[in-house]
Amino acid sequence: MSVVTTPATRSPSAPPASSDSAWSRWANAHRKWLFAAPAMAFVAVLIVFPVAWTGYLSLTDAEGSVRAESEFIGFQNYLDVLSDTDRFWPAVWRTVLFTGVVLLVEVVLGMAIALLLWRPFRGEKWVRVAILLPLVATPVAVGMMWRLIFDPNIGMANQLLSWVGIGPQPWLSGQSSALPTTMFIDIWQWTPMVVLILLAGLTSLSDEPQEAALIDGASTWQRFRHVTLPLLMPTVIVAILLRGIDALKTFDILYATKGRGGGSFHEVETLNVYAYGLSFDYNDYGVSSTVLIIFFLIIIGVMWALTYRKKGLER
Amino acid sequence: MKPSRPFKVFRAVALVVVVASLVAPLLWMILASLKTNVDIYDTEKAFSFSPTLDNYGTVLEQANYVQFIGNSLWVAFAATVLSLILGVPAAYSMSRFNMKKSALVVLMARVIPGVSLLVPWYYVFSNLQMVGGYTVLILSHMFVSLPLIVYIMMGYFDGLPAELEEAALVDGLTHIGAFRRITLPLSVPGVATAGILSFIFSWNNFMFALVLSGADTKTLPVAIFDFVGYASIDWGGLMAAATVVTVPIMVIALFVQKYIVSGLTAGATKG
Repeated sequence: MSVVTTPATRSPSAPPASSDSAWSRWANAHRKWLFAAPAMAFVAVLIVFPVAWTGYLSLTDAEGSVRAESEFIGFQNYLDVLSDTDRFWPAVWRTVLFTGVVLLVEVVLGMAIALLLWRPFRGEKWVRVAILLPLVATPVAVGMMWRLIFDPNIGMANQLLSWVGIGPQPWLSGQSSALPTTMFIDIWQWTPMVVLILLAGLTSLSDEPQEAALIDGASTWQRFRHVTLPLLMPTVIVAILLRGIDALKTFDILYATKGRGGGSFHEVETLNVYAYGLSFDYNDYGVSSTVLIIFFLIIIGVMWALTYRKKGLER
Repeated sequence: MKPSRPFKVFRAVALVVVVASLVAPLLWMILASLKTNVDIYDTEKAFSFSPTLDNYGTVLEQANYVQFIGNSLWVAFAATVLSLILGVPAAYSMSRFNMKKSALVVLMARVIPGVSLLVPWYYVFSNLQMVGGYTVLILSHMFVSLPLIVYIMMGYFDGLPAELEEAALVDGLTHIGAFRRITLPLSVPGVATAGILSFIFSWNNFMFALVLSGADTKTLPVAIFDFVGYASIDWGGLMAAATVVTVPIMVIALFVQKYIVSGLTAGATKG
């Protein structure tokens, strides 16, 4: 943390503050940290200690009960986890696949819908309401809702398919179709978020570059590709950043649709689900902490890369 | 620029498809909550069935949902109020003094995977005999609320001109007095936005309550699982429970739509 400096008064012409007590003078002089410190202390205590502890646990063979004796085993857990092709690497792959696919679809679809909503039209208000609904819905309830719709026997999804002559699909209960189905649910719930962010970005753009391109005879696609998109790129990165963090950590809909361990064959077991299971189903704290530290490093890495890219765009 | 006629037709069709695919699943959930389990299993009766409120009776009476609704309300309310008290002044300082690194500390809470916090929290709080109580639930939900509130309010304070406060200083107010009497009243829309979103995110939070709540302090997202058995699922009850969790928030969202949108898109358009 930086050295506490008494903040320079913002307006040198201001008369001495009309405070009577010494406490008031002190509070005003130190208001910068007086205001910021409680919130920071709250977060720091609840984060720094747990993360440090997770880091420590990852170097031990802690298991069973957190109170049980554990031994310091160095980086053995890391070696074990990184050579585990049974659960760990498939979980990494699923996390990457899930995040990559939902981000791509959500941004493309979100962009398309945002462009449709860009210019005012009649009934705009109702479309916006509809877009808000999935966003505010409780993810666990959303997972349950889709579980009924995708039920292979009684679900509406297979019913709809039968009307167009397609045979029943296993959806969530299929070993290879479960993960794509959960991606679909995530896309249903969170594309609206991308729409709202991109729409806010579009609305803030000035009309002039568009008009200039129109006068120059640019086609609709050319105007989007060479005028709108470059101007909107910082907003697109914000959307990817916000959605990406949450997509990497997706837990609720996976747990609601497939239960513990991401299903009996771990079909939807991402890193977050895997770490949760190791901690609270198997009480394998050493290994789970190792997975979490690696997961954390992945998240930080992705965020850093995106922020770096955004800064490059703004320069 | 005026949109062309073919575009308008295309837009209308496309938007109808978008709205239908967003709303239909939710209507289906509500419809199923009004059916008996026999009717849910009968695909012939998708739309023609005699509606019943029995599932809601099960949810509210047998499943003890009145208590869980109260739990969810109390935890979300307390976490939001406490986070506003901590977060609004912090966001103000971070905005006015440009404390980027300090802001990053608070925003880390949004990035970090919740599981990595839960093991140590569980250990510490179970030693303090606090697991299963409201206090630990509220503390954990503040972890969701606080970064959200700081993030939204920093953006809001960045947009308030400092000149107003400077004028108040000239008029003899102290710095804190200017914050309290000038800035804070002007920030009511921002605080409302932050508070509403914080409430919704806390209401929807699942993982913290899954680990830290007890049988009596369960919040609604955790209580939903009461309807999922190992062998079978009570679909009618499950859909009624899911409706009870989601529909109140959606109704609120309709009334405060403007705030939710401005909160969710905070920081999207500035650097």
